[in-house]
Amino acid sequence: MSNIPDQLRYRDSHEWIDPTQDPAPVGITDHAQAELTDVVFVDLPKVGTVVSAGQQVCVIESVKAASDIYAPVSGEIVAVNEALNSEPGLINTAPYAGGHIFKIKPSNVAEIDKLMTPEAYAAHIG
Amino acid sequence: MVPFAGWEMPVQYSGIVEEHKAVRNAVGVFDISHMGQFLVSGKNAEAFLNRTLTNDVSKLHPGQGHYTLLLNEKGGVVDDLIAYRTSEKEFLLVVNASRIDADWAHFQKQTKAEEDVMMANASDFTAGFAVQGPRSRKVFQNLFQGEAPYPEKNTILITMTESGPMWLCGTGYTGEEGFEFFVPVQKSVSWFRCILDAVKAEGGVPCGLGARDTLRLEMGYPLYGNDLSEERTPLQAGLGFFVAMGKAEFTGREILSLQKANGLPDKLAAFRMIGTAPPPRPHYPVAHEGHNVGEVCSGTQSPSLSVGIGMVYLPPSIATLGNQIEIEVRGRKFPAEIVKKPFYHKT
Repeated sequence: MSNIPDQLRYRDSHEWIDPTQDPAPVGITDHAQAELTDVVFVDLPKVGTVVSAGQQVCVIESVKAASDIYAPVSGEIVAVNEALNSEPGLINTAPYAGGHIFKIKPSNVAEIDKLMTPEAYAAHIG
Repeated sequence: MVPFAGWEMPVQYSGIVEEHKAVRNAVGVFDISHMGQFLVSGKNAEAFLNRTLTNDVSKLHPGQGHYTLLLNEKGGVVDDLIAYRTSEKEFLLVVNASRIDADWAHFQKQTKAEEDVMMANASDFTAGFAVQGPRSRKVFQNLFQGEAPYPEKNTILITMTESGPMWLCGTGYTGEEGFEFFVPVQKSVSWFRCILDAVKAEGGVPCGLGARDTLRLEMGYPLYGNDLSEERTPLQAGLGFFVAMGKAEFTGREILSLQKANGLPDKLAAFRMIGTAPPPRPHYPVAHEGHNVGEVCSGTQSPSLSVGIGMVYLPPSIATLGNQIEIEVRGRKFPAEIVKKPFYHKT
């Protein structure tokens, strides 16, 4: 069974955001990393980029494929997880803890409520 | 699961890297039921195949096989395949799934009414499995319990089992020791269960298309559709070793002679990424000194070497060992170096 932490909110494209933190970390779910397997490169976004919800932000490369990562909410990317440059596999080994991809300062908090709850995401991945 | 030449095939079972490493260090099994099988027989079978294929089948003794190519009149590659001689007048050809129809048409076109040659397409009735990795012999022993001899490299033997006839071949597409075998399709599921048990008993796993691609690319083996096409000759693909220029006339020979005399317009070069870079993938643009010079044919992250590797057709002046090129990934250029094949050497 894949891990779906309670305090997070989810996009149908398998990104998570932690709205209890400000700025809010964003990553991909345990389910997504298990599907991708073996992440070998993360094309991190640029700090200071302003994105809108659903916009493609960066790319994660596994041996299998290159996967687009989308912004769960609108806002400014205020930090990126530089550790992924030297250790992209953190996304596999610690998808929620050390393997977040970037931190975003949400510009419209209401968007968080439109994201999936852990229950809804669990149902989504079946 | 992904569509592949009309089949639904798994890209991975447990994960490409895990499957890849199992084959390099222990053993893995691939379902190769999609591949095509042609039987060619008759008094003139040898002459017919020597007229249509690049390698010299007259060199094969019964029970031996070799890699060879089917060319069009322009010397372009219609398919790459393994030809096995099963007896003096009988041959088995194992061809790519995506090329079964094209190959069949090419062979049929070149038959002559007065010649004693019979061809049968067994592709739809045949399932196949490839067991690859250093523990392949142990898997074989578990599976056949001494009822069949292990097929040594590039050999074939035909045997009969409870579930029908079987071709046992000492071939593969991974660079590891191993064997492939073909059985009647009705028995494929029960066979796969038996093999899987034997493979798992040796610490192995089932492997999908993903690992098949990373394993063959580490060896520098070309893949039809990526590295081989009707537009380029085997000499351009670096497969001159499998072209017997010394034998009598064969389809495509004229163009190959011209290329030998005048030089190649381009050739397939192997490259590896320098430093931290995203994995190269098919169709990514390739530049040299700022100018676009081609696109990636095959490319992946090598699980054994943890570096991006690939192949690209380049003008011979650029395709020299140690030369630097650039692979463009999402608008950014990453440096790569022309290297020798294979990328991976067994230690």
